[in-house]
Amino acid sequence: MTQLLETRGVGKTFGRVTALEQMDLVLSQGEVLGLVGQNGSGKSTLLKIIGGLVQPSSGEMLLHGKPVRLRSQSDATMHGIGMVHQEQSLVPNLTVAENIFLDKPNAAKAHGLYRWNRLFDAAAAQLRKIEIDIDPRATVEDLRFAQRQQVELAKVLAVEDLVSHPPIILFDEPTSVLTPDEIRLLFRQIERLRQTAAIVFVSHRLDEILHISDRAVVMTDGCKVADEPVTALDRESLYRLMVGRQRTIRAPRAVETRPAESLTPRLDVTGLSTGRQVRPATLAVAPGEILGLLGVQSSGAEEFCRALFGAEDDVHGTIRLNGKQISVTSPAAAVQAGIGYLPANRHVEGMLKGRTLVENMALTFGLDYGHRGMIVNRRAERRVASEWITRLRVKTRSADARIDDLSGGNQQKVVLGKWLLSRRLQLLLLDHPTRGLDPGARDDLFAVIRSEAAKGLSVIFIADTIGEVLDLSDRVIVMRDGAMSAEYNLNRGDAPSEEDLVRAMV
Amino acid sequence: MKLISATVAVRSAREPDGGVAQHLRRWLQSLGPLAVLIVLLLVFEIARHNFLTGGNLAAIAESAAVPVILTTGLSFVILLGAIDLSMEGVMAASSMTLSLLCANDVNGNHWGVWGIAAAIGVGLAFGLVNGVLNTILRMPSLIVTLGTWFIGLGIASILFPAQVPTVRDPWVLGIAAYHIAGLSLIVFVALLLLLLFHLLLHYTHLGRMIFAVGGAEATLVMTGLPVPLFKIAAFVISGLLAGIAGVLLSARLGDGNANIGDGLLFPAVSACVLGGTLLSGGRGGVLQSAIGAVVLEVLNNGLIQIGAGPYVRNIISGAVILLVVAASGLHLRRKLRVVK
Repeated sequence: MTQLLETRGVGKTFGRVTALEQMDLVLSQGEVLGLVGQNGSGKSTLLKIIGGLVQPSSGEMLLHGKPVRLRSQSDATMHGIGMVHQEQSLVPNLTVAENIFLDKPNAAKAHGLYRWNRLFDAAAAQLRKIEIDIDPRATVEDLRFAQRQQVELAKVLAVEDLVSHPPIILFDEPTSVLTPDEIRLLFRQIERLRQTAAIVFVSHRLDEILHISDRAVVMTDGCKVADEPVTALDRESLYRLMVGRQRTIRAPRAVETRPAESLTPRLDVTGLSTGRQVRPATLAVAPGEILGLLGVQSSGAEEFCRALFGAEDDVHGTIRLNGKQISVTSPAAAVQAGIGYLPANRHVEGMLKGRTLVENMALTFGLDYGHRGMIVNRRAERRVASEWITRLRVKTRSADARIDDLSGGNQQKVVLGKWLLSRRLQLLLLDHPTRGLDPGARDDLFAVIRSEAAKGLSVIFIADTIGEVLDLSDRVIVMRDGAMSAEYNLNRGDAPSEEDLVRAMV
Repeated sequence: MKLISATVAVRSAREPDGGVAQHLRRWLQSLGPLAVLIVLLLVFEIARHNFLTGGNLAAIAESAAVPVILTTGLSFVILLGAIDLSMEGVMAASSMTLSLLCANDVNGNHWGVWGIAAAIGVGLAFGLVNGVLNTILRMPSLIVTLGTWFIGLGIASILFPAQVPTVRDPWVLGIAAYHIAGLSLIVFVALLLLLLFHLLLHYTHLGRMIFAVGGAEATLVMTGLPVPLFKIAAFVISGLLAGIAGVLLSARLGDGNANIGDGLLFPAVSACVLGGTLLSGGRGGVLQSAIGAVVLEVLNNGLIQIGAGPYVRNIISGAVILLVVAASGLHLRRKLRVVK
């Protein structure tokens, strides 16, 4: 194995905070390196330094044994280092071809003049290379999400042709927004690249790390705590290294004896459908029940939840909450009825950037703590928000810190806190609540959801992985092509295997 | 592995990646303003049977020439997602520069072609200032260009001598006086500029990047592209074309005037929007905006012909702008949850 890149004592400090300390790492051709760590462990910083987005404060990097300074991401690209971002870095109003060559020189656009046909041909060649069937002339915003992800991959993998030596490809949590199908496609690309490239793969899903990597590096608090071949590791040991504590496994479920039919269901949906995504669906959720929805990207699970929250157009069917029919024409009406929704995209729909934790949490229900529901009572808002900050184990220096300063997992806890603040919340919809969360933060989140459900809150939850659904839910419904394809009542002793569930999904 | 390729094939069969269909849809959308133009021409022809005559069409071309130049420049700034309000001030300064440096009846200057170049240079300088203030000092383009608008007007008023400077330069006057096939050189200059900047927008790195800035500026910055340069270039193009417009209008009037651009900003912005160039940036183009400008001129011309007074014309023009924008952009706006 030839050694491609080496970091020697690389460190990074932001002000007084040390994000990365004395990192020694070797990347070799033909090897997939799995990089794991909790949010804030420094793995993103390390990846950004290798990818040229961040300059190290100390130490040096060697590319093929020669010291190198990467001034920017495009500089890294020119050295054959490509990075697949967690969030897409495509320009929506440009064509696929332009996006693929956005950060790379190409003969088809020499001297600042575009020779469109040659550019399209060059892009088509890149897409063909990774067996993707997308028109290079298409405008990116017209593509579906999964297709955009493939374009992103093609864009990064085009660095292969830019340098004569093997490329280095960095994957920053690429799977967190992909469906199982797309993940398999991605893994196939990684297998193909494995021969010729050095790969760094970051994921919170330990199974994926164990599956795809040759070697795993675990980071905690900016330091490397383990660097071992994956053959020497298993899920539990990896989790322990990462979190530093034993994983809490849910006690085996007691089979419920109480007949659920005797209760008025909390939510009773009859024939709910939206435009094309959701075919008429009928289901009921009992008080205190956690219902897990499972499905691939276009299964309609997200749209179903958004329809319940009044965030979809063209919704038909009846919704009953505690036996009373309600009309959910907008999110405002849903909130009024006692329905909360944790959006998949918390940056856009979940939080107010630049505002404090208290302001974010008191956003929706702050007035419930005011005088006569009309005058704001800041002290009461602060008090209740602080209680939830403690209960959710939000890591922050104060309740008045800006939400931007928190890590992703802690931001998500605050967004959840916004709903839990309510005294009249009946139903909570969680749309991919663990996206981008490390296992520790996810456990904190699940613990609070469980305890709220035990007090009577009903929860519908769209999971990122099958494991999560089995971990948290009382009942699982699998959706496929906008309809329900399977149902398992875990509390009644159903124990679907992962295989059963996948079969119902695709 | 076989299983995977099978599922992928099923997916793409079910949801074809609508490259061709999308292309067609987009193309039809861009034809919307053109359809409005044709409808307007037909309506006025039916109402006044001598509307579509050579003479009247030439008159429309003459009146549309300068607005087309202005919208072409403005489109570049609007594509960024910014705005340039300074054109009336720039035209005033450019007009006064031209009339005082070329042969005139107030002073003894006789710069000839260099006077024209100086006037256009004034426009370019205004654009440069706008761009630098917006990108380097990070001031909102709305307030920057509002400021330079009034600076331009102020400079023109200070330069204004005791009497209106009448232009005597044969080069300048020739632009408006020399006709080919019944059309003055102004029309041909407008067409040439339109073609030139259309090509710039679609076939050069600079043009495509200005287009891209309106789509995802942050992505371009992170990619390491010189985004401030693209933005400054867009403002410079806008200022440059406003400067040229000032020269052409002075040539037509035969004198220098601080009020020469009065009332041209609003139609220029409307024309861009009418043509389908979104104020939020990243969508549209100079050809579409130019069609918007022509639509407004046809409307104005037609309304005069059927005897509408200036106030009624304002009301109808405003209503038509609202109507067309409401109808044409509906499919785009329906996706928006927030409208500012």
